[in-house]
Amino acid sequence: MKKVRILGISAYFHDSAVTLIENGEIIYASQEERFSRIKHDSNFPKQALKNLLEFNNLRLNQIDYIIFFEKPFLKFERLVETYLAFAPKGFKQFLFSMPIWLKQKLFMKKEIIDELKKFEPKFEKKKLFFSEHHLSHAASAFYPSPFKKALIFTADGVGEWATTTVGIGSQNNINILKEINFPSSLGLLYSAFTYYIGFKVNSGEYKLMGLAPYGKPKYANLIKSKLLDLKDDGSFRLNQDYFDYSTGFKMTNEKFSNLFRNPPRKPESSFKKIHMDIAASIQDVMESIVLKILESLKKEYSIENLCLAGGVALNCVVNGLIQKKKIFKNVWIQPAAGDAGGSLGAALALWYMHLKKKRIINNKDSMKGAFIGPSFSNEDIKKSLDTLMVKYIKLEKQKLIKFVAKKISKGKIVGWFQNRMEFGPRALGARSIIADPRDKSMQKKLNLKIKFRESFRPFAPSVLQDQSNKWFNLDCNSPYMLIVSDLKKDKLITIKKTKKTLSSINEIRSKVPSITHVNNSARVQTVNKSTNPLYYDLIKEFFKITKTPLLINTSFNIRGEPIVCTPEDAYRCFMGTNLDILVLENFIIEKNSQQNKIKINYKNKFSLD
Amino acid sequence: MLDFLREFCAFIFERKKFWLLPVIILLMVFGSLIVLTQGTAIAPFIYTIF
Repeated sequence: MKKVRILGISAYFHDSAVTLIENGEIIYASQEERFSRIKHDSNFPKQALKNLLEFNNLRLNQIDYIIFFEKPFLKFERLVETYLAFAPKGFKQFLFSMPIWLKQKLFMKKEIIDELKKFEPKFEKKKLFFSEHHLSHAASAFYPSPFKKALIFTADGVGEWATTTVGIGSQNNINILKEINFPSSLGLLYSAFTYYIGFKVNSGEYKLMGLAPYGKPKYANLIKSKLLDLKDDGSFRLNQDYFDYSTGFKMTNEKFSNLFRNPPRKPESSFKKIHMDIAASIQDVMESIVLKILESLKKEYSIENLCLAGGVALNCVVNGLIQKKKIFKNVWIQPAAGDAGGSLGAALALWYMHLKKKRIINNKDSMKGAFIGPSFSNEDIKKSLDTLMVKYIKLEKQKLIKFVAKKISKGKIVGWFQNRMEFGPRALGARSIIADPRDKSMQKKLNLKIKFRESFRPFAPSVLQDQSNKWFNLDCNSPYMLIVSDLKKDKLITIKKTKKTLSSINEIRSKVPSITHVNNSARVQTVNKSTNPLYYDLIKEFFKITKTPLLINTSFNIRGEPIVCTPEDAYRCFMGTNLDILVLENFIIEKNSQQNKIKINYKNKFSLD
Repeated sequence: MLDFLREFCAFIFERKKFWLLPVIILLMVFGSLIVLTQGTAIAPFIYTIF
């Protein structure tokens, strides 16, 4: 049977990416930022595409269809109608956005064709298709899921018009049934608070989520009554009197600041109690809106499976609640839930909806653990290390696991680089920094000396799947680190109740203090042997030594840096931070055996996120 | 450019938003002036809705 290859592309918004599928099977996906080293890179993903073709030994003319993840004309329509609706307000934003559109975005088709012609001068434009932004998200959530039929909920900042959609996926088809349009948006609401609390929009949303447990949701009712018109079925409208994003250059306006009686927090300034309380409040509001929508949908459609995608689906605390409340029997969340995953969804939508191919459901994991990115062989790595004049040792994998597990148990921090890179924002054991979660000072050390990031931010654990229910109140698997769960009571250590401050995270509240957040929760990754055997064996070996079946797992990068992609990236990060050991496939590099003169100033290389 | 105009007209017909046509022509003329007179930079304080 001839292989039909489809290339999905997302670009020109944020998180450009490419995905290759062959006869419906996900073969490869990666984000441009990993190659360009520009966080959330929105440029055409030429380096990712180059790697995709090289990795799969293909030329572009061997790809049958190419699909872009959204429809530029529809987005332009939304922009024009928005400017008209708000006129004369918004004139300044109009002056800024029109040049971008008139120079590039309106002629997106030509732009994409021109870029593709750089790979294949005779590229035929009839191969190029366009999906819709939220259909791409919905397809990325439903088609890789193990469900024949499911309700699909997508929510993000904004696509063309839609910001929130509800659809039903059945076999090879998806029907989008309802949508909430711009300017009302769950993603933009959360981003507005991200901005107000002094974090970078479309990047610092994780920080807002991490800050929330330090506060109390004192302002939740105020937010619901002033900023929202929330209906019983969870549908909502945002009161635009308080927001600036439709017409200005900020997310919120003065009226918003007056409502909370404080100006927006300046980035990198100190946190006050009100910032923590506001973070707690918006998280609480977010949870109640999403739960309300899902409860209403469950009543209306009586479907027992749920699929989630869109940036809002990366809110692991909301996901944890959806799981805990058991509104749906089964939940599946696309790990690349943001716009990068749009490239994957668009490709799958073309295969199933346009080409009408039969769907064969993979009960194991169509996403292959998200390990669908680039990889580097031992030969590639040796070549790189020799060029860089690095001192290393090489061990076969079983010896390597014993060596690394022992080092971690003795407090060493390890950069772990193995096999194919993850697709999506989470490091899942292919490009990870790993350390001992029992070490009470590890959280502080990792934040301040390795990641160079804010001290309040928590770390996530990777736990052996078969041990997860002994450590966490989690009755499902969480292979993509998308669910927050509480630690089991018997793993907690009772501490004296004091007021929560940012230093509360340093209190020893469990047997694994470095992965326990101030509310005794953790964003869990369950690791199984079939998806990631080497990482599973490493945690198992650590379990043998320490009786603790989990490790700290944080992405292999520093603040503001995309996750390392190549062995060279990994080595630079290793030498520029206080990592102790670097493991690149079979090679082990110890910091104390390297020459000091290679040490580089790494911290200031990337702009803060 | 011809391809673009053909596709854009098809889009307007598909969406049945004929009233947008004169507005868009005006915007494009006006916008072209902006393109010719200045560059742009996006402030980092906003979710890029465009």
